[in-house]
Amino acid sequence: MTQLALVIDLNVCVGCSACVTSCKEWNTSSEGGGGMVDKNPYGKDPTGTFFNRVQTFEVGEYPNVETVHFPKSCLHCEDPPCVPVCPTGASYKRKEDGIVLVDYDKCIGCKYCSWACPYGAREIDEKQKVMKKCTLCVDRIYDTTLPEARRKPACVLACPTSARLFGDVHDPMSEVSVAINERGGYQLMPEWGTRPSNHYLPRRKMKAQVTEESLNRIDNPLKKEEQRAPVSSDLPSLDDFLF
Amino acid sequence: MTTQINQATEIKSTTCYMCACRCGINVHLKNGEVKYIEGNPDHPLNKGVICAKGSSGIMKQYSPARLTTPLRRKANATRGEGQFEAITWEEAFDTLETRLRHIRATDPKKFGLFTGRDQMQALTGLFAKQFGTPNYAAHGGFCSVNMAAGMIYTIGGSFWEFGGPDLHHAKLFVMIGTAEDHHSNPLKIELSQFKRNGGRMIAINPVRTGYAAVADEWIPIRPGTDGALLLAITREIIEQGLYDRDFVVNYTNGPELVNLDPKNSEYGMFLRFEVPPEEGCFDPQNKLWWDRELNKPISTHTPGADPFLTGEFKLKDGTPVKPAFQLLRERVESYTAEWAEDITGIPAATIKRLAHEMGITARDQKIELPISWTDVWGNEHDHVTGNPVAFHAMRGLAAHSNGFQSIRALSILMSLLGTIDRPGGFRHKAPYPRPIPPCPKTPTSPNDVKPNTPLEGMPLGWPADPDDLFVDDAGEPVRIDKGFSWEYPLSVHGLMHNVITNAWRGDPYKLDTLLIFMANMAWNSSMNTTEVRDMLKDKDENGEYKIPFLVVCDAFHSEMTAFADLILPDTTYLERYDVMSMLDRPISEYDGPVDSVRIPILPPTEQCKPFQEVLIELGSRLGFPAFTDAKGKRKFKDYPDFIINFETAPGSGIGFLSGWRGQNGQKTMRGEPNPNQWEQYAKNNCMHHHVMPKSYQYMRNWNEGYLQWAKANGMTRHAEPINIHLYSEVLHKFRRAAQGISHGKQPPERLRKRVERFFDALPFYHEPLENEMINKQDFPLSALTQRPMAMYHSWDSQNAWLRQIHAHNYLHMHPSVGEKYGFEDGDWIWVESVHGRVRCEARYSQSVEPNTVWTWNAIGKASGAWGLEKDANECTRGFLLNHIIGEELPNQAEGEHISNSDPITGQAAWFDVRVKVYKADKKDQGSTFPQFPTQPRYPGMAKPVGKWQTFIGGSGLFKNRFKGK
Repeated sequence: MTQLALVIDLNVCVGCSACVTSCKEWNTSSEGGGGMVDKNPYGKDPTGTFFNRVQTFEVGEYPNVETVHFPKSCLHCEDPPCVPVCPTGASYKRKEDGIVLVDYDKCIGCKYCSWACPYGAREIDEKQKVMKKCTLCVDRIYDTTLPEARRKPACVLACPTSARLFGDVHDPMSEVSVAINERGGYQLMPEWGTRPSNHYLPRRKMKAQVTEESLNRIDNPLKKEEQRAPVSSDLPSLDDFLF
Repeated sequence: MTTQINQATEIKSTTCYMCACRCGINVHLKNGEVKYIEGNPDHPLNKGVICAKGSSGIMKQYSPARLTTPLRRKANATRGEGQFEAITWEEAFDTLETRLRHIRATDPKKFGLFTGRDQMQALTGLFAKQFGTPNYAAHGGFCSVNMAAGMIYTIGGSFWEFGGPDLHHAKLFVMIGTAEDHHSNPLKIELSQFKRNGGRMIAINPVRTGYAAVADEWIPIRPGTDGALLLAITREIIEQGLYDRDFVVNYTNGPELVNLDPKNSEYGMFLRFEVPPEEGCFDPQNKLWWDRELNKPISTHTPGADPFLTGEFKLKDGTPVKPAFQLLRERVESYTAEWAEDITGIPAATIKRLAHEMGITARDQKIELPISWTDVWGNEHDHVTGNPVAFHAMRGLAAHSNGFQSIRALSILMSLLGTIDRPGGFRHKAPYPRPIPPCPKTPTSPNDVKPNTPLEGMPLGWPADPDDLFVDDAGEPVRIDKGFSWEYPLSVHGLMHNVITNAWRGDPYKLDTLLIFMANMAWNSSMNTTEVRDMLKDKDENGEYKIPFLVVCDAFHSEMTAFADLILPDTTYLERYDVMSMLDRPISEYDGPVDSVRIPILPPTEQCKPFQEVLIELGSRLGFPAFTDAKGKRKFKDYPDFIINFETAPGSGIGFLSGWRGQNGQKTMRGEPNPNQWEQYAKNNCMHHHVMPKSYQYMRNWNEGYLQWAKANGMTRHAEPINIHLYSEVLHKFRRAAQGISHGKQPPERLRKRVERFFDALPFYHEPLENEMINKQDFPLSALTQRPMAMYHSWDSQNAWLRQIHAHNYLHMHPSVGEKYGFEDGDWIWVESVHGRVRCEARYSQSVEPNTVWTWNAIGKASGAWGLEKDANECTRGFLLNHIIGEELPNQAEGEHISNSDPITGQAAWFDVRVKVYKADKKDQGSTFPQFPTQPRYPGMAKPVGKWQTFIGGSGLFKNRFKGK
C-alpha cells in the first residue's frame, strides 16, 4: 500500500522559508480550496493560514550550539489522531496513497482535530471557520498535464537546497525509503503512536582530516628558500690530503 | 516564452526581481491575473528552484503599497508630510525637462542621480554621463564595494556577480562574514550538493544563523577583526610552508623584486629592466626575479628560471631588493595566532588548526582535470590543477572601515593556497577577470564637467594612480559624494551614503536637483536616519529647501517618497523589460558569459512607467547625443528599441545584450544590432548562455586562449596576463604621493597622514576607525545587522506573506549581556551608540558571540509607510539600527567631515558601530523608539484592505485593486 510522504533533510535546510511561501502561493489558488486567508495582512499582528512553517531553535550552549531550522507541516500519520475525533467525517486518510485530507464542505470548524494533532500541523481558516492543512499538493502530483518531473508538491520543487524529498515511504526502493535507511531518518515523537509518515534526516558532521605528520614534509617549499653562500673551490678540503 | 494551457491560463517566462539574484521564473496567469510563480527548470541560475521571496512575487504585484500615478507635493505642504496631488506624466516630464535643461546648460554637476539596488547601472550611468554630471552612483558604496575593490585590485575578480566558490569541486568551504541573500539560490543549490558529496564547511561569523547553521563547524569571531584572523592564518600558512609555491611563483607578483633603497625615489616600487611608457591598464612584463641558480636578477617568467620567494639581495649598484613575498612574510611576522586570539576572540590553537586544514587540504587533495590549455608565456599544459579550498565572503568583511585591507588579506590567502580560477577554488565569471585595476577611468579635473556636454570619462572608474583622481587643483573633490578624492581615492562605487548630508551642508557645494531611484534614503539605506530625514526637509535662511528639488522614482510607498517634490511611479518587475547586461552585472556562469532579460508578463498598472522609459524620454527631450540623431531628433522609440540598437560606439557591435546579435541573430557577444533580439531571448528562457571551450574555462588570468577570445569579443582591451597583486604597487603609489615623493597629484595637507597610513602595499590590521574616535569602554558591544533570507532590503514589508515571517525584529544577544546590564529576555532596552539611541526588545540567544548584539536589517518601518497600517508591528515593535550609525565619524575636529567609511574605498562602515545596552523605564516597555508621524496614503493607492484577505489567482479581485483610484 502506498504511503506518500516528505522526508526533510535537516543537514542542508538553511531555513530560507521557500517551502513556506511556495506552498501558500500554490495552495491558495487550488481549485475548490477556498483560498488561504490572511488576517490583518497589512496591519497589526498579521497572521494567516500556512500549511507549512519553519521553526528555528537553538540546541546547546555557546559556543557549542546548533541552530536548527525545522520545517513542519502535516506528517500524514499512518494512524492519524485527527481522523477519529472528527465529528463529521471531514478529516480522512486516503486508502490509495495515505494522504490525510480534510473535506472542506463537511468541516464545521470545531477544531477537535487540531487539539488531537500532537504536532500542531492543522491550520484553521479563521474567516471561513474551516480547518485546512497540507495536502501534499494532491492537485499537482497526479496532474498528467504537468511534466513528470514537476508532479511534486510545490515545496519540494521550490526548495533551493533540495532538502525536501517526496515519495512512497512504503516502497523500500524509493528515494525516500533509501534516504531514511541510509541517513537514519526519524519520525517526530514516535511515542505518540501516530506513526507519522514524514521523516527527518539528522545533521551529520564532517570532521577535519588533518594530522600532525602532514605538517612535516620533505617537499616543504620553504626548503627551496634556503640560501647557501657560494663556496670557493680553491679552499682547502680533504681532497687535498686523502688518498 | 508563452505557453497557452487553456483559454484562461497561460504561462510566461521572465526573470525574477524579488532580490538581486535574477533567477528564471515561469509565471502562471489566469484571466490575466498572476496565479503562481515557479522557478524555471531550464534556467542555469536556479534550475527550477525558487526562494521564499520569489514565491511571494504575487503579493508584490498586488500590494496596496503600490504607487500608480505621478505625484507632486502639494504647494502648501511641507516635505516629509506625504501630502501629494496626482499629476499627469506630461506635467511631470515638462517639470523635469525645464529644470534639467537649465541645470545642464549652466552647471551640470548640480544634478545628482543616485540609484538603489537596481540592475540598470549601464543605462543610469550612461544617462548621467550624457547629462554631463559626475554626480552619479548606485548603491555599491554602502553595500559591498570593499569586496569588489579589495578583490579586483588583488586578483582581478571578486565574489558574487563576478565570481564565486567552485563548490562542485571543493573539499573544504570556508564562509566568512556572508550575507544570507548574496547569490541566494545558486549558493543554496551548490551548498547542499557540496554537503551531500561529503564536503566540509566552516562558518566564521559572529552569529550562527542561515547558512552558518548547516556548517560542520562554527567559529564565532568578534566583528571587524576578520583581517586579524586572515593575516594570522596567512602567517601560519607561510611559516609552515603550506603555500602553493608553483602558483605563487608563476601567477603572482610574489617573486618580483621590490626596490628597498630608502634614498631612492623608487623605494617600494618594483624593479623594471626597461621603462617604456606604460600605456593602458595592465602590468607590463618588465619586472625582475632573483634566480636561484644564477644568483642574479632575471626577467620574470624567463623559461627555466626559478626565483627565490624569500631573502634579501643586492643589485650590482648596491640597491637592496627583496621579493614581494619576502615583504609579505615580514609583514605577517608579528601577526601570530596568539596575537590574533586577543583581537578576534578565537583561540590561537583554532587559528592554527584552520590554517593547517586549509593548507593541507589544498596540498594533499589536489584535483587534476584533463583539460589542456596554453598560458600567456606559451607553455602548454595538459591538465588543470585545483587546490580544493573555496571561500565565500561578503558584507561581514566589507562593511567595516578596515574592510578593504581585510579583503586584500583574504584574496592573498586564497592566492597563496593556489585557488584562483582553478577547480575547487575561486572561479571567475565573465566579463571577469579584468586588468588590475580595470581600464575605465573617471574624469580627472573639474574642467571635464562642461555645460551641455557629456562628461569626459566615465562617472565611475578604477584609479590606477593618483593622477586618476577626480580632484581640483587644490586636491579637493569634484563629486558631491567626494568620491575619487583623497578622502576615499578608490571609491569605485561612489559614496551614496554621504550625498544627502553633503548636499545639505553644501560641502563641497549645493545641488539643485537630486533624483533618487528605488533607494530608501529616508530610512534603511541611510546611516544617521533621523538626522538625514531632517536634512531632507531643512530650509535655508531664505526659506528654500537646502536640497531644492527632490525627485523619487519608486514602485512603492517607501519612507523616501514622503520627502519627494515629485514622485514617478515605477512598474513592478512583472510589468517591464529589463536587461542583466554584460555591460553591467550579468548572470554569467563559471563556464561562460550569460546575460538575461525581463519581458513583461503584465501591462503596467494604471500610470506606472518603467524608469528606463523615463530616462530615455528625458534623454531624448534634452537632446543627449546618445539618444538623438545629428538633427537632434529622438533616436529610440522606447527602451526595447534602445536595447536592440544602442552600440557602445558607432559600429562597435557591442550592445546591452550579447546573444543573437547580427542581422539574423547568428552572432554572439559582438555583432550588428538584430531587430528580433527580444524575440530570441523570449524563446530561450529569457537568457543567453555562451559556453566557452573547456580549455578557456580555467586559469583565465593567464590563459592565452581565453584572453585572446575575451579581447576578440570585446570583453577586455588587452590580452595580457593578470598577475595577482600580493604586493600592491597601485596602493603604494598613493602612499608615495602622500609622502611627497612622487610628482603627480598631491593630497591636501590635512589628508597626507591618512593616505600614507592606509595606502599600504601589503595588508595590515587596524581597528575600525570609529573605535579610535570613542571611548570603547563606554560602548562595550558591537552591533550588527543581518538580512534574513525571506526579505530583501526593505522591499518586502508591503508583502502580506513575507511580513508574516518577519513582522518585527529583536535585538539578539547572549544571555550574559542581559545578566551584566540588568535586564531579561523579552525586556525592552535602550541601545545607545555615540550617535544616539533606539529602543527595542531584547532576545537571548546562544548562537551569538557574547561581545556582539545583532538584529535583522530593515524590518522596522516608519508608521504608515509601505502601505501598512499605522500600528503595524514593523513600526510599533520593529526597529531600525541605522538611527545610531553615523554617516560621518564621531568627535571630529571642527570643520572636518570625514565619512564613516573605509579610507580607501569609501565603503560605508555599517558594522563598526559600538553600543551599550540598558533596560528601558517601565513606561517605555512595549514600544520602539524613535517614532515618526504616520505617513499618509497617497492619491492613486489602493484602498486599505482591512482585516481579511484571501488571494485566489484568476479571480480578478486583485488585478482590479488599483482600478479608478
